[in-house]
Amino acid sequence: MEVIRSQKRTPSNDTVSNPKIPLYLTAPQMEVRLEEFELFAIDRLRVLKGVSDGLARGRNPKEMDDLVDTLWKEHMRDPDASVMLNKDIISHFVLRLVYCRSDELKKWFLSMETALFRHRFRLQNFEAQRAIVGEFGLPYKAVTGAELEGLKERLGQVVRSLGQISPTVEAVYYKVPFEEVPDLVASRRVLIQKGFAFVAGSQLVSLVVTQFRSHISKALILTNRKWTTTIREREKDRLTPIVEALSTSYLGPDYSQSTEYAEISLKDIDQVAKSSFPLCMRHLFEKVREDHHLKHGGRMQLGLFLKGVGLKLDDALAFWRAEFTKKVGSERFDKEYAYSIRHNYGKEGKRTDYTPYACQKIILSAPGAGDHHGCPYRHFSEDNLRAALGRMGLSSRGMEGVMDQVRNKHYQLACTMTFEAVYGTSCDAGINHPNQYFEESQKILKSKTPPAPV
Amino acid sequence: MVREEAERRGDDTMIDAPQITNPKPEDFFNVHYLRIYYGNLFPYTDIHKWLSYGHDGKHPGCDEYYFGRREFSFTLENDVYLRYKSFKSVSSLEHAIKSCFPYKIDIGAVYSVDPDKRHAYSQTGTNVFTPVERELVFDIDITDYDDVRYCCSGADVCSKCWPLMTVAIKVIHTSLKEDFGFKHILWVFSGRRGVHCWVCDPKARRMTNEQRSAVAEYFRVYKGNENNARKVALMGYSLHPFLARSYVDFLKGFFEGELQANQSIFSTKDKYDKILEMISDEDIQSELREKWEKSANRSSLSEEAISLVRWDQLKNTLQSKKHKAPTLRMCVEEIVFTFAYPRIDLEVSKQMNHLLKAPFCVHPKTGRVCVPIDPNNCDEFDPLAVPTLSQLIEEINSGGSKMDVDDDDDDDDTDTSILGKSIKFFRSSFLEPLLKSCKEEIESLYKTKIGKSKDSFSW
Repeated sequence: MEVIRSQKRTPSNDTVSNPKIPLYLTAPQMEVRLEEFELFAIDRLRVLKGVSDGLARGRNPKEMDDLVDTLWKEHMRDPDASVMLNKDIISHFVLRLVYCRSDELKKWFLSMETALFRHRFRLQNFEAQRAIVGEFGLPYKAVTGAELEGLKERLGQVVRSLGQISPTVEAVYYKVPFEEVPDLVASRRVLIQKGFAFVAGSQLVSLVVTQFRSHISKALILTNRKWTTTIREREKDRLTPIVEALSTSYLGPDYSQSTEYAEISLKDIDQVAKSSFPLCMRHLFEKVREDHHLKHGGRMQLGLFLKGVGLKLDDALAFWRAEFTKKVGSERFDKEYAYSIRHNYGKEGKRTDYTPYACQKIILSAPGAGDHHGCPYRHFSEDNLRAALGRMGLSSRGMEGVMDQVRNKHYQLACTMTFEAVYGTSCDAGINHPNQYFEESQKILKSKTPPAPV
Repeated sequence: MVREEAERRGDDTMIDAPQITNPKPEDFFNVHYLRIYYGNLFPYTDIHKWLSYGHDGKHPGCDEYYFGRREFSFTLENDVYLRYKSFKSVSSLEHAIKSCFPYKIDIGAVYSVDPDKRHAYSQTGTNVFTPVERELVFDIDITDYDDVRYCCSGADVCSKCWPLMTVAIKVIHTSLKEDFGFKHILWVFSGRRGVHCWVCDPKARRMTNEQRSAVAEYFRVYKGNENNARKVALMGYSLHPFLARSYVDFLKGFFEGELQANQSIFSTKDKYDKILEMISDEDIQSELREKWEKSANRSSLSEEAISLVRWDQLKNTLQSKKHKAPTLRMCVEEIVFTFAYPRIDLEVSKQMNHLLKAPFCVHPKTGRVCVPIDPNNCDEFDPLAVPTLSQLIEEINSGGSKMDVDDDDDDDDTDTSILGKSIKFFRSSFLEPLLKSCKEEIESLYKTKIGKSKDSFSW
């Protein structure tokens, strides 16, 4: 892609038989104005940020389809179809430069672009979808005739297991190696036999999304290489400042560095847990005090949260040691647990300073037998959740509002409502990070306590 | 078993008196025994052949450096843990083990470069240190079933709860073969209270983390902990064909037969309350609770019989009332799945770099050898009858069998030692078919490569 100041533009090589969604397989061969370089990227970023918000708020797939449609029309539309297409392609490639530069950025970009692609794909009609499948060059044939007949009964069982009362099977199924549709396999939405998954026409989206994600993921690695070896230096007076500015303002704080509020000491920790921890962390904290133990998932979730609220490494070691040695003894603590606490603080191994988990990650986790991590609004049964909310001081009226959100799977909104009920103020931003809950809570509590007398 | 052996031990030990009531841990497992085991009994050649997957250097298509890129880890006495060990050949592997007699040996992934040389390569460009191949592995541990077994808890295991492992093997093994089409599957006893599964097909070894995660999730049914009562939620109008087959072929029969007999899951209030809580309708719960409370003292039946009667009552009640709510539709199946369906440790399967204990290691707490289990005969496997170190050593002392199992003689039928049987099984049912298929693959890949380069000369 040539970036110059002229007005000339030539059609992209990516438009083959004009599919509505480009696949971003190759960088476009066209000239782009410098102003457009930045503006197009910002518009696309608005779309991606909207997608991110939608996912964080637990929107279901249909809601996401509508959201993406709205966002796209608002920020990316142009009366001229070929202009719109060019903007689509250019903005994607510019953002690749921006988001290839670290693992966190890559992960975010990959998730959002994949979600964007998924919902744009779902909005297309079947013919357009098949055309896109063809674009990827996937060699999967439809299953027909005797083979399809032999599978019909079990395909019907799959359909019924997904909530459709009648076992009517679709007209078209594709026979695909199971590796190509991991999300359909994971959720048992397909019949699998001898290594092949039988994917319904309506499930094509899974197939292409996997391909898309895989391609973008590899592309980001190559882009990063090119960026660090040649582009960054070559463009240091032109593109590089733009690229570097684009990424910082759009992701929320990640709480990896504690702020001014954050310094909690060990002696205050029980008090602070009661007054300012969100429900997920309160539960974990109470369990540590009660059982003198936590399994790995819980140690990670609570441990990183505590780091984010400002608990220093020495205090953290003292805290975990005080509890765990009641159960496992001090030698075992040193051998088996101290290392990973130090690891979380970036003092061991590859010395990554791990960031505390955001709500989205916690909600998506999968606590199993003996675990206490995860999001209580999602993972607790209704009774247990009510009991826990009662212990936080919610009235039965306040609880109804929260349980309503839970029933609608809006877990973060439920937590936000809990926050509002506990502290008696509104929280317009919405909770999307446990450390955010903690900081907001501390802000309120500190503003309420009168200053110490001089 | 161990106690008897202790009585007949020769004079190379210092323990004279028979250990009747309190066998000490060091009777099962100690450095002295380990030396003898790794000195004479551990099947180095077989392990090396397995992990070389046919790359034995005898074919031009072989990658002679393949074995050397595999990570091993050793855990020594005093919990000293050594990662990223790698060996160029079977003799260097053997030499390393014989020089430190590790308490535990783990097998990791095959990496892009030799693990013990990973720092010699820069981490940028194309020489990144990253896993390239790794078996698809599963770990099932009976402690994850503590909420549904009443005979033991924690590290203990007995003949009443081990069948949970047996049925888990059957369900997973059938699915790996029938659904996923895998052919080279090794099941191994973990030495104390669980089983490991190694899927060694080339396709399996090349799976990405995302694909492994997908297979693990496909197997996942039990979702929960003490914070939620209904840990298995089967939605929809029927079971997915995989779950239906597992239910019909294995789980239903096991639940209504062996499990009820061993665990009597309805016989006391504590036990049946737990099951009643899985029914999402309060009225049905109360109806059954009342009925059972009334009959509690009046019955002269055995625990097992009471359990069966109550199970029948529960099934009948649910059958007649299941249209009341969607969550009742498959409540009976949910209860069966909660007790009997396999609970795998998802984290073990999801990542290529996860290390897993090597087969034929010895478990430090029990002294038992991690022997293979025949999935087609797993009903007969008894974890309490697995050879222990002290048994093997007693066998050597009494000179009753051929000691040198570590040789290349595949026709060795004279090895009737306890361990020899396991090694023979490993060879004949797993290693030989695997190597045959690996060689065929190496051969055909090589031919393709040659074919391609031939074509490139034809302008």
